[in-house]
Amino acid sequence: MIISQFIQYFISGITQGSIYALVALGFTIIYSVTGIINFAQGDFVMLGGMFTYMFLHTFKLPLPLACILSVASVTVCGLLLERLAINPSKKASTVSLIIITIGASMFIRGVAGELWGKDPLPLPPFSGETPIPVLGAVIQPQTVWVLAVTLIFMLLFQLLLSRTLLGKALRACALNRRAAGIIGINVRTMSLLSFAMAAALGAIGGIVIAPLTLTSYDVGVMLGLKGFVAAAMGGLSNQAGAVAGGFALGILEAFGAAYISSAYKDAIALLIFFVFLLLRAKDLASAEAER
Amino acid sequence: MKIGRLSLLKISAIAAGVTLLALIPWVFNPFYTTIAIIIGIHTIITVGLCLLMGYTGQVSLGQAAFYGIGAYISAILSLRAGLSPWLAMIIAAVTTGAFAYLIGRPILRLRGNYLAMATLGLGIITFIIFREADSFTGGLTGLSAVPYLSIAGFVFDTDRKYYYLVWVFTLLILIISQNIVNSRTGRALRAIRDSETAAESVGIDVPELKVRIFTLSAVYASIAGSLYVHYLTYVGPQPFDFLFSIRLLLMAVVGGLASIWGAIFGTAAISFLGDSLHGFGDLESIVFGFILMAIIIFMPQGLWVHFVAAYKERREKAGKMRQ
Repeated sequence: MIISQFIQYFISGITQGSIYALVALGFTIIYSVTGIINFAQGDFVMLGGMFTYMFLHTFKLPLPLACILSVASVTVCGLLLERLAINPSKKASTVSLIIITIGASMFIRGVAGELWGKDPLPLPPFSGETPIPVLGAVIQPQTVWVLAVTLIFMLLFQLLLSRTLLGKALRACALNRRAAGIIGINVRTMSLLSFAMAAALGAIGGIVIAPLTLTSYDVGVMLGLKGFVAAAMGGLSNQAGAVAGGFALGILEAFGAAYISSAYKDAIALLIFFVFLLLRAKDLASAEAER
Repeated sequence: MKIGRLSLLKISAIAAGVTLLALIPWVFNPFYTTIAIIIGIHTIITVGLCLLMGYTGQVSLGQAAFYGIGAYISAILSLRAGLSPWLAMIIAAVTTGAFAYLIGRPILRLRGNYLAMATLGLGIITFIIFREADSFTGGLTGLSAVPYLSIAGFVFDTDRKYYYLVWVFTLLILIISQNIVNSRTGRALRAIRDSETAAESVGIDVPELKVRIFTLSAVYASIAGSLYVHYLTYVGPQPFDFLFSIRLLLMAVVGGLASIWGAIFGTAAISFLGDSLHGFGDLESIVFGFILMAIIIFMPQGLWVHFVAAYKERREKAGKMRQ
């Protein structure tokens, strides 16, 4: 009985963790290419769920098509954010860039609240709701979707980075932007691409998780913060680390909520983050200074 | 400040400003007195944020936390322990300052993005504690019947009385802050903002000074929190959430991050804008988000500083033409 409970918490942990991992991955892509932390990253996740809801219920499109259009729409939002807000202020300080993306996040949240209202919206599960029993615990079919989709896209992304010329160019920018520019890589295009990819990954996460958690205009802040926590624990420009950080955070949070206190669930994640920051403050400070 | 050095224009501007401030509760609709009280209280926090962000270059996205801690300590001590509200206010400021100093030491070793996220996290954690620690904070219901402030039997229980009290605090804090900025410490702060390495190399104790200014900004916020709670005589978690920290940031940005007196302008502008957008759903969030982006992109010194600079330029031009 205890073991089945344990497994149940573990499953809900990796489910939530995979969304954190996708958000974290989005953070690392943009950060490694541009040195910017995009505070609107969590809002891309929210937009993914919202756009799908809109295409599905307002335009009555079939679910697969709604999902694809939603990812495309959020990607366009990412492109617009980079072109309209980030690109014109390339020389701005870190503080300024933080403020700009916070502004963007507020703006997106406001538009979403205006378009879709403040009530949490549901998406239908992709393949029914018959629970799958596993070792005395149960898995929702949607959980399988979340894990499968997350892993597939992470793998695809890894392949893109390691096996293609584009991936090489992105990695070059991550290593040294100026040098990448000198050898003829268009750094501005790479920056644009990094925002597009981060937006798309966020949207995908938002779409697969929405049937389990509902989607609402204001979920972005917490998701963004936790995604950042995951990314920071993994080292901010380390993709594999970010993904591992996401899963670790999801699992810690699930057990924290179960065994310590569910009211303080969000605080637990943040406290872990604090302890981590305090332990590593020195290294992190010098890493930022090099940027 | 030496009166002799101030130009006639400046003196008359200050006199006009003070007179206008003193007249507000008598000339305008009582509704504006209430708004002006809140503006005064929020200006105190905004100034602290300006010192920290604009002059020292350190980010804080969790300023609402200190505002809330000040408010709750003040409320709990005066309500439950029966302390005089003034004493409660002082203890709140000292405690909040000590807390900020202790937490600031490690946190301010972080820079840029990490510091932003750490302070954001701090704000969210304290908000969760305000909401969940029912036995201390009253949870979502909050604490009511917090006593008013009073001096020797004179109770600050009406908007008009409270208005003057708040603005005395606000102006004092603005003057103190302006003096800090103009002092040796102020120059050291700006040196840290421009380059920590350079500041360190000329003998500035960078970590200590950063923590001190962080502490000062927290004490300001705590005083504001106490003023707030003894005005409303009620405290609940809602005004201390993450969104309020961002709104404070917006106020500081609009007034100009590196402008002490701009803080009044920024706070007032955003308060009025917020009030007129109230009731239009999420329009507020859209407009505020847009303003935040637009100001940083197009006039990073802030709207107020931008206007003042434009005005000075025009006057100089006019002066040259007369010669």
